[in-house]
Amino acid sequence: MSEHNELDKVTGRTTTGHEWDGIKELNTPLPRWWVLTFYATILWAIGYWVVYPAWPLVSGYTTGILHYTNREAVAQDLAKLEQLRGEKMAVLGNASLADIEKDPNLLALARARGKTVFADNCAPCHGSGAAGAKGYPNLNDDDWLWGGSLEQIMQTIQFGARSGHAKTHEGQMLAFGRDGILKPDQIVTVANYVRTLSGLSSAPGYDATAGRKLFEENCVSCHGDGGKGNQELGAPNLTDQIWLFGSDEATLVETITNGRAGVMPAWVGRIDPVTVKALAVYVHSLGGGK
Amino acid sequence: MNMNISPGGLQHDDDDVPLYAAQKKVYPQRVSGTFRRIKWGLMAFCLGVYYLLPFIRWNRGLGAPSQAVLIDFPNRRFYFFFIELWPQEVYYFTGLLILAAFALFLMNALGGRIWCGYLCPQTVWTDLFYAVERWAEGDRRERIKADASPMTAGRLARRAAKHVIWLMIAWWTGGAWVLYFSDAPTLVRDLATFQAPLIAYLWIGILTATTYLLAGYAREQVCVYMCPWPRIQAALTDEWALNVTYKYDRGDPRCSVKKAIDLRALGEKVGDCVDCNQCVAVCPTGIDIRDGAQLDCIQCGLCIDACDTVMKKIGRPTRLIGYDNDINIKRRIAGKPEIFKPIRARTIVYISLIGVVCSVMLYALLTRSLLDVNVLHDRNPVAVKLSDGSVRNGYTLRFLNKRGFDRVIAIDIDGPEDARLRAIGIDSITPDRPAIVLGRDQTTEVRLMVTAPLDEVEGGSVPIKFRITDVGLGEVTSATDHFVVPER
Repeated sequence: MSEHNELDKVTGRTTTGHEWDGIKELNTPLPRWWVLTFYATILWAIGYWVVYPAWPLVSGYTTGILHYTNREAVAQDLAKLEQLRGEKMAVLGNASLADIEKDPNLLALARARGKTVFADNCAPCHGSGAAGAKGYPNLNDDDWLWGGSLEQIMQTIQFGARSGHAKTHEGQMLAFGRDGILKPDQIVTVANYVRTLSGLSSAPGYDATAGRKLFEENCVSCHGDGGKGNQELGAPNLTDQIWLFGSDEATLVETITNGRAGVMPAWVGRIDPVTVKALAVYVHSLGGGK
Repeated sequence: MNMNISPGGLQHDDDDVPLYAAQKKVYPQRVSGTFRRIKWGLMAFCLGVYYLLPFIRWNRGLGAPSQAVLIDFPNRRFYFFFIELWPQEVYYFTGLLILAAFALFLMNALGGRIWCGYLCPQTVWTDLFYAVERWAEGDRRERIKADASPMTAGRLARRAAKHVIWLMIAWWTGGAWVLYFSDAPTLVRDLATFQAPLIAYLWIGILTATTYLLAGYAREQVCVYMCPWPRIQAALTDEWALNVTYKYDRGDPRCSVKKAIDLRALGEKVGDCVDCNQCVAVCPTGIDIRDGAQLDCIQCGLCIDACDTVMKKIGRPTRLIGYDNDINIKRRIAGKPEIFKPIRARTIVYISLIGVVCSVMLYALLTRSLLDVNVLHDRNPVAVKLSDGSVRNGYTLRFLNKRGFDRVIAIDIDGPEDARLRAIGIDSITPDRPAIVLGRDQTTEVRLMVTAPLDEVEGGSVPIKFRITDVGLGEVTSATDHFVVPER
C-alpha cells in the first residue's frame, strides 16, 4: 500500500492508494447527481413504508397511513367478469342439452367452459384429456357404466356414483371371495368364463360348463344375461373390449374376490347448474357420447 | 519499472472537438423552374393520395367494410381495393418491402437520390413547411434580416401565423393517419363530435407532434444525422449513376460576369460560374453543390433551377448544374463525347429482381386459396379403443373461409380402410360425409372423430388425408395427419 491522496501527475487526480504491479488506481468517486439520486431513492422507500402497505407481519401486514388496498378493484373486475359471463351463461342455462349441441356457437361456448372446469375438477381422476386410468373410466370411448346420453352424463356429474348423495348411482360388485360366497377355485373358473365372453383365451384345463353355471348363478343378476351389463346398477358390459380394472386372470380373480366400488363425488352444489350443463356437453363431445 | 511521463509529453488524440454540432439555420430562397414544378406536382400527388385515399369507397357487400384501403385491427383484416388479407398472409407485406428496397436501389442506380429529393415524406412535408414559412415570413433575405434584428409586433404575428398553419398541416397529417384504421367518414364525424375513441386522438396527437417537429424544426437534420439511407446509398452507388452535379469542367475558373467578358475577349479560358451563390441560397440543406457529391445533398434539383435562371440571364448555356456524373466531366475535359449508360449490369439485375418478386407476389395472390383447413390431432388421448375393439382418433379441424359469403363444405378422408367419420355437433343428412356451413370471412372449428375397425390397421400409425370440398363451387383443399393405433 502506498500513501493515500497521492497525486497522479498525468490526470491531476488523486489515487485510492491501491497498487498492483506499479499500477495505481485513480480515485474516481461517484458523480454527485448519482449519489444524490441514490439517497433520494432511500428517502422515497422510507416514505413508501410509511404511506403504503409494505412489511409483512405474523398475521397481516403494515397498512401504511393511507390504508391503500386494491381489493375493491379486484372485486369489481371479478363482478364485471361474472356479469359478462352471466349474459352468455344465461343463454346456456336456458337452452336444452340437445339444443346446445346443435348450435355451433353454444357448443363452442359449452366446450370452452367445460374444458376449464374439467381441468380444475375432473382431471385428477379422469386425466387431463379424460383418458382415464385403471379404475377411472375413459370418457373418450363408447363404453358407459351409468349411461352415455347427455342427460345421463349430467346426472352422473351432479350426483356422482356411490357418493353418499341421496340421488347418487348405487350398485356394488360383491366381494364373492372375501365374503365366502365362492371358493377360490370357483373364482378362477368363473374368471376364465368371463374372459371367454369377450373372446379372450381361457386357461388350459378350465371347465367351461362349470364356469357358465357359476356365472348364471352369481353374476347374471347384475351383469345380465350373457354378461351384457346393466347401466342401472353400473354393472359393466363384460362382452366388450373395454376393461375398467383389467382383463387378465389375476385382476379378474381379485375383482371377484374383493369386489369393486369406485366412487365418484357428487358435484351438485359445488359446481353451479349451468356449468354442470356445460361440463356434460363437453364430456359428451369428447367422442364418447351415445 | 517506473516510467515518469510528464503530462505535456503525452500524445493525446484531438478529441476535444465536441461530438455535437449546433444546427446552422438554413434559409432556402424561393426558386422556380423545371425541377421546382416537378416537385410541386409530386408533392400534390403524394399528399393527395395520403389525405384522400381513406375516403375512397369500395363495395364488398353487406356487412363488410366499404373502405378501399383499411387496416382493420379489431377484426384482424387488411383491405386494399379487391384484396383482403388475413393475419397469416402478412408475407405479402414482406414482398412489398423487398419491392420497395429494390425500387430504391434502381432509382439510385439511374438518378441518384430521387427518393430523397422528390418522394421521401420528410422532403415532401419539409418542402411544404418551407413554402408556408416563405409565405408568412417572406423570402430568404427578409427572414435573415428579421432574425438578426429585434422582434416587432408585426413579425410576431407573422411568425404565429406560420406556426398555426404548420400545426394545422401537422394535425391533418395525424388526422389522415387514423382514418386508415377505421371507417373514415364515421371517424371524421366522431372526431368532430368528440365521440371517437381516445386512441384516435392520441395517435393524431403523436403524429401532429412528429410532423410539426420533423418538418418544422429538424428538417435537413433528419437527412444528415438521422437517416441511414445516405450512408447506404453512398455504398450502393457507382460511377455511372447520374447525380445532381456541378460541372466544374465548364464552371471553373469562376469569376464575375464583367471580368469574364473582358477575359473572354482576350481569349483566355474562363468558367461559366459567376459565383452568384444562388445554388447555395436555394438549397434546403444549406450546402454548396460546387463542393462535389456529399452526404448532405438530397439531390432535389432546386440548385439546377437556380443556376439555369442565372445562366439564361447572362446568356450562357443552361445546365451548368445538372444530372451528370464524373465520367462525363472527365470525358469532356479530354475532349470526348458524353456517354450515358442507364442500361448496365446493376440496373438489369435490379429490374429482373423487381420483375421476379412482382411475378411471385402476383402468382401467390392470384392462386391463393380462399378455403383453408388446418388439422390438430388430439394429444390426450392420442387414440381411443372402443367397446367393439375398433380404434378412434379425434381431430380438431379449423376451416378458414376467406370468401365474402357463407358456404357449405363436405369432408372426405383417405386413411385407414373402412374408416368412419363423425363430426361432433353436426347434424348431416350424409353422416359419413359431414357437411358443414362455414360463415363468411371467418374461421370455423369442428371436432372430428375417425373410427377404424380393429382388423384394418396394424399397430403404429397410418397417414390420413382430410379432403375438403366446397359443395357449391367445387373448390378443393386438403390437409394431412396421422391415424394412430395404440399397441395391443
